[in-house]
Parts: sequence; C-alpha cells; structure tokens
Amino acid sequence: MQNEVPPRLEMTGITKQFPGVLANDDVSFAIKRGEIHALLGENGAGKSTLVKMIYGIMRPDAGEMFWDGAPLKARNPKEARRLGIGMVFQHFSLFEALTVLENIALGMDGGLSSRALEARVREVLKAYKLTLDPHRVVSTLSVGERQRIEIVRALLLNPKLLIMDEPTSVLTPQEVTQLFKTLRQLASEGCSILYISHKLNEIKELCDTATILRGGKVVDECDPSKETSKSMAEKMIGGDLKAVAKGAERQFGEVQLAVRGLSLGRGHDFGTALKDISFSVHSGEIFGIAGVAGNGQNELLAALSGEQHAKADGVIELCGKPVGTSEPSTRRKAGLCAVPEERHGHAAVPDYSLANNGILTARHRRELVRSGLIKHSASHDFADEIIAEFGVMATGSKATAGSLSGGNLQKFIMGREILQTPEVLVISQPTWGVDAGAAAFIHQALVDMAQAGSAIVIISQDLDELLALSDTLSVINEGVLSAPMDVENASIEEIGLLMGGVHGETADSAKTLPTKPEAEHAVQV
Amino acid sequence: MSTTLLIAMLITMIGASTPILLAALGELVVEKSGVLNLGIEGMMLTGAVVGFAVAYTTGSPWLGIGMAALVGAAVSMIFAFLTLSLSANQVATGLALTIFGTGFSALFGSEYTGKPLELFKSVFPAGLAEDPYLRLIFGHSPLVYFSFFMVFAVWWFLSRTRAGLILRAVGENDISAHSIGYSVIRIRYGAVAFGGAMAGIGGACFPLLLTPQWVEGLTAGRGWIALALVVFAAWRPLRLLAGAYLFGLIATVELYTQAAGGVFRIIPTELWASLPYLATIGVLVLISLGRSTNANAPACLGKPFEAGH
Ligand SMILES: Nc1ncnc2c1ncn2[C@@H]1O[C@H](COP(=O)(O)OP(=O)(O)OP(=O)(O)O)[C@@H](O)[C@H]1O
Ligand SMILES: [Mg+2]
Repeated sequence: MQNEVPPRLEMTGITKQFPGVLANDDVSFAIKRGEIHALLGENGAGKSTLVKMIYGIMRPDAGEMFWDGAPLKARNPKEARRLGIGMVFQHFSLFEALTVLENIALGMDGGLSSRALEARVREVLKAYKLTLDPHRVVSTLSVGERQRIEIVRALLLNPKLLIMDEPTSVLTPQEVTQLFKTLRQLASEGCSILYISHKLNEIKELCDTATILRGGKVVDECDPSKETSKSMAEKMIGGDLKAVAKGAERQFGEVQLAVRGLSLGRGHDFGTALKDISFSVHSGEIFGIAGVAGNGQNELLAALSGEQHAKADGVIELCGKPVGTSEPSTRRKAGLCAVPEERHGHAAVPDYSLANNGILTARHRRELVRSGLIKHSASHDFADEIIAEFGVMATGSKATAGSLSGGNLQKFIMGREILQTPEVLVISQPTWGVDAGAAAFIHQALVDMAQAGSAIVIISQDLDELLALSDTLSVINEGVLSAPMDVENASIEEIGLLMGGVHGETADSAKTLPTKPEAEHAVQV
Repeated sequence: MSTTLLIAMLITMIGASTPILLAALGELVVEKSGVLNLGIEGMMLTGAVVGFAVAYTTGSPWLGIGMAALVGAAVSMIFAFLTLSLSANQVATGLALTIFGTGFSALFGSEYTGKPLELFKSVFPAGLAEDPYLRLIFGHSPLVYFSFFMVFAVWWFLSRTRAGLILRAVGENDISAHSIGYSVIRIRYGAVAFGGAMAGIGGACFPLLLTPQWVEGLTAGRGWIALALVVFAAWRPLRLLAGAYLFGLIATVELYTQAAGGVFRIIPTELWASLPYLATIGVLVLISLGRSTNANAPACLGKPFEAGH
C-alpha cells in the first residue's frame, strides 16, 4: 500500500437505463476527501439519477462504486446514511401534512427524543443562520423554506459525503452566502461535497473540481476557478451560448394589468397577508417582483391567477375589465395566464401525460376541448409543439410529467403558457432548476413575448434574472410591495435593503416567525 | 325513566358500539398508511364465523377471539398481496374481499345455524356488578375494555411514537418515504394485517357480545359503517369513538322504543332501523364540515406504490 488516501467515493462504469432513456452511460469519476466536487450538465443529463444511485434509492444496471477504497454496498438510503452519506433532494422528499420537526426526524435514524432533536435543530439553524420554525406544517411553507428543511436535515447527520442536488435554486443570496461558508467549513473538516447546480457562478465560487455530463456520459472534467460561466455552459451544451437580446428601444402600450389596493387576509395560519398592493403593467413591459421567499409572493400569485379572490371585482383589472373575483379559467380566457412556483402538483399533475397537462391550462386558449369533449389529437399536437419548440427532453406527449427531469418539466410548463400568447403572463421562478442554455432560451422567449405586446410579471428570488429581464422592479416584503423603480436606475444595495425590510441585512431579524410558547408543543418523534 | 333502565341502556349501547369501533380503528391505521381496504365487512364476517366456531367447539371465548384475529389478518393478507405486491386496484380488491368473506362465512357457518353460544360476559366477580353504578364500570365484556384500550393505543401509536410517524409518512407521501429509505410496502403490509386482525375481532364481537347464535350476514353492514366512520371522523381515534358510540346509542334507543311500542309505533320500523345509520353519518358530516378535517386525510390513500427499482 502506498500512503495515498483512497478517494472518498469512486465510481467506475456506472450505467442506468430507463425505458427509452439511457440516463447514465459508463460514468466514472472520483470524489476526494474534503473536496467540493461539482456535477454539471444540462437538464436531463442524468445528474439526479446518478446521485440517487449513490444514495441507494436506485441500483445501477452496471458499474461499481467504492467508498474509501472498499466496495460501496449501500442498498438503501438508511445504509447510505449509516456510512455517512447525506442528501439534499432536488424534488423535496418532504411530507406536507407533517411538521418541520417530524420531517427532520424521519430523515434521521438515531433514536433522539423530540426535545433533544428540536434543540439540535435550533442549534444548526442558528449556527448556519437559517430561519425556520420547527413546528410549522410543511404545507404552509414556501419552497425556499422547504429547501432549508432538506439542508438542515442533511447537516444534522454530520455527513462524510454530502450530496446536494440543486440546493440553492430557491434560496436568497444571503442564504446562499451563508450556505457556502458552511460548506467550505465542512469541506475543511474533511467532508466531501458533491454539488449539483445550474448556477455556474456559484460553481465557480465554491467548487474545486467539476465533472460535466452530457446525455448521461462524462464529457469533461475541469477546474471551475479557471473557467468562466460561459465556457462551462458551453461545455455542457456542446455548443455556443447566446446572450439574451433585449430590444433596445421598446415601446410600452396600454396598461394591461392594473392592481389597485389589493389586500388579502392570511390564507392559512402562517400565510402572509397582502397589504394594499398596487401596481400596473403595460403591454410590452416586464415587471419584476423581488423578495425573500415567504413574504407574500405565493399569496400574490394566487390573487392574480384567481385561486384567491380579491375583496372587490375592481381591485384587479385585466385589459380594462375588472376580474378581481373571477375564477382562474375565466381569467385565462380573458388573457391572464399564471405559473405557480411549485411544479409538481400545482403547475402540473405528475401522473398525467404531457398532453393532459397541456389541456389543463390551455383548453380554452388553444381550443383543445369542443363541447365538453377533449380533442385527442389536437392535445397531443399541442404537447408535441411545446416539446419541439422548447427543446423539452421527453419521450413524447404521452410521457407523464413526473418522469421528466426537473428542468425539463419547467421548460414544458413555461412553453405551455408562452405558446398560449396571453395578454398578461404572471410567473413565479421561471428558471428554477433550469440549465444555463434553457434559462437563456426561456429568458429570450419572455423578452420576445413582451416585444410582441404581452405584459409580463415575474416573481423571482434570482436578482440577476430580474435585473437582466425586467424593465420595472418592485420588492415585496411582509406582504407590502415597494414603489416600482426603473431597473436602469436601481441599485443592488437599495434592493437588498428593501428585501430585508427596515432592518436591512438579512431577513432573519426582520421576519421572525410567530413564536409560540414552546411548552404547548408536545412534539411527536 | 329509572336509573336501572338507563344504565342497562348504556351498557347495551356500549356493547353495540364495540364491534364497529374495533373494526374502524383497524381501518384507520390501514388508511393512515395509504391503503384503502373496502373489505372490512368481509373480514368481519369471517371473524364472526371463526369466532363462533372456535368458541362453540372449545368453549373458550378467548380462543375464539384469538382465532378470529388470526384469520382476519390472514384474509387481509390476500388483499395485501394483490394490492401491494401485485399493484391490483384497491377498491376492486376490497370489494372482492367483502364478497369472499360473505360467501365464506355463509358456507362455513351453515352447520352452526341454530346452535346456542354463551355470551362473553364480564370477568369481574358478579358481586361487583350488582350495584347499578358499579355495573356501569365493571359490568362489561373484556372485549369492551379491549376496545377502550385500543382507542388509546392507536391514538398514542399514531401521534406519539416514531413507528406511528413513519406509518403516517408512508401514507402521506410514499415516494418521499421510499427515497429517504423506508420500506413502503412492508409498512403497508403490517398496517393491513393489523386492520384485518381488528376487523376479525370486531366480527367476533357479534356472536360473543351481541347475538349468541349464528345467522347468515350477522354483521348487517356494520363494516360499511365502520368504513364511513373513519372518513367522517377525519382519521382521529377519539372522534371515531364518539361516532361509534353515537351509532350504538341510536341503535339502542331504537331497540328499546320498539320494545316499548305505543306511541313509537307511529314511525315505521324500517325508518327506525335505518335511523342509526342515517343519524351517525349526518352528525359526522356536520362535524367534518368544519375546517382542517381534510388536512388529516392521508394524501396517498388508495394510490398504488411502485418503487422505481
Ligand atoms: N423514474 C424514471 N423513469 C423514466 N425515466 C426517468 C426516470 N427518472 C429520470 N428519467 C429520465 O432520465 C433522464 C435523466 O434524468 P435526471 O433526473 O437524472 O436528469 P438531471 O440531470 O437531474 O436533470 P435536471 O437538471 O433537469 O434535474 C431524463 O431523460 C429523465 O427523463
Ligand atoms: Mg436533477
């Protein structure tokens, strides 16, 4: 034996075949101890599939893995956790009806009492400066908050290898900075990290090595600090990346969407009440809404889409007509389409085929239904059109939405709404989990749509995205929308300050959750 | 009305509620794990005939109950194998199980028709049961105490234990449970077996607690009431207790008024007979109109689970 330390995890010839898709094809690479290793690739390149096999959820068809030099025999996630493998899932592995603490307890194997576990959770939250109320029920949380649960759960395990499948896609910049500090510290203590993200500037900042997958194969390995985001994106795509072209002099038309004094009570106990929100969006304008997750974005989207009704009809005006109390389908017919942030179950039905998912929102605008009957071939044609135009990687219009990789489903949903050419489009997190190439494509499609005369509202946590796309920008904080500002003249500092409310800095201090007397909670673990 | 009569009525009521309560508690656990077993009626009938046969031949009601539980669980394993291992449709399989149980009990029970059985009475010294008030506490069959205990046990298991949390998690999101390493199928097998055993015992209550002889279709649709109770009680054991007792109460009132005759004759017997069913459902619907009831429904109820290898 040499004095060389075996890598923490080594994979040789990993192959995984799904019906109709070769998700991983002879993948080999190694992760050293204390290394932060990026796994890059387009949507559907097979990244999630690969890490699921490491974690023991799926078994490879061929190939071997070695853990500290010995064959890795984790046959299920429990054994993987025992070895010290922690995982943050891309599609959260959370239980909606259970509390945060119960969710965390389910992901831990030690027989910790609920009180002890809560104490540890609070410790970790404090150490990593994350805000989360352990007693909240998950269904009342925003995606950003859900993401934090997954991260805390993984950190609590003191892992030797931490796999993070797009952990930052819905975190705020402050949270990301904090997370990176944590990860660097973990790495310096010898923990290896396998990091998947589509945010290439993050990869550049954080990772020591990057392995690039394309079509399930390893195509390259590089040192991110020596690359640019663009060069890495091009390695992933295997082609050129075009920058988003925003038409130089754009003319705004009539006001298409006007919101006047929209106030809404908290939908559930932990919702955010909307307070006197007013704004208007012209035809041709892209209106960005920035803000830390859980500050009323979901409520605002629901009020605009029609899931929640405003108090009076005139509060929301669409192309001059009051729609404040009409149903989502009425608003769609009248020209307002909305895309909620949660893809699985809210924006799409995972068990439905793509064609059926298309019918769900486009039945009127694309005339997919005639006198109550579905037009079978038209609906399939529509799904095929989305697949072709938006480059969705799917086996066809009959594939279920749930079988698509995260980014591909997002592309499909975006395509479904954009192809309906609505007068007003409201979108939450348009490029959540979408790869650089596809994000550029979606951005371009949105800009083109605006150019063609639609009014677009983008609710996003990705400031870079908002600054690049929008003409006008507002910040939502605790249900209050700031006065709109011209993006040209907006300063990042000012926006950051608005996002943190009056307290500035991070949002933790400004937005502490309602705390309840602890003794009341006999927690169940 | 005299106290003695009132207490006698209360005791009858508790007895009448017990089989429904037991079967519904079992189904509650099954449904919390995400499985919908519509075969309760069938499992109860199977338990009833087995309980009768064993208690009759051995003379031991304890053995009868034990065997009823075992056979109930065994029959439920047919359901579990078809729906969990082979991913058969749960609704259709559950209905088939009911048909099977009905047929099996009729066939197997025919030789016991008309044979007398001794009721499974209180095990406390008879002296304790003489005072009417003490009788209310000590005058019940062990099955009644068992049902009380099970209400508490099921509540405690589901809300206070880690195993209960895992079971709820599996019913809430099977894919998540699988991806963090829980064996969805194995946990559901366990829940279904428990539900089968409880339905078996519930069935055995009929010959041992209520009518000490064998007649075909002895359970008279109580399995279906148990099923409805679980839903309307919003999967909460304590509400289940209330629902079952409400059913028992009205059934008892019906019995006594029929016996009393007189003014009660104005209402036709058929209506009286359907009253417990109607009233129970009615009250529970009213209760479940309140908010937050559906939040408690297991999200994966009735959905087959297939691990993506
Ligand atoms: N359970 C499944 N059944 C069938 N096909 C699947 C399944 N899971 C993934 N796939 C397919 O395998 C391929 C790789 O998917 P995977 O989720 O690993 O992609 P990814 O690299 O994580 O993409 P993204 O960046 O969008 O998350 C995709 O084409 C996907 O459609
Ligand atoms: Mg993925």
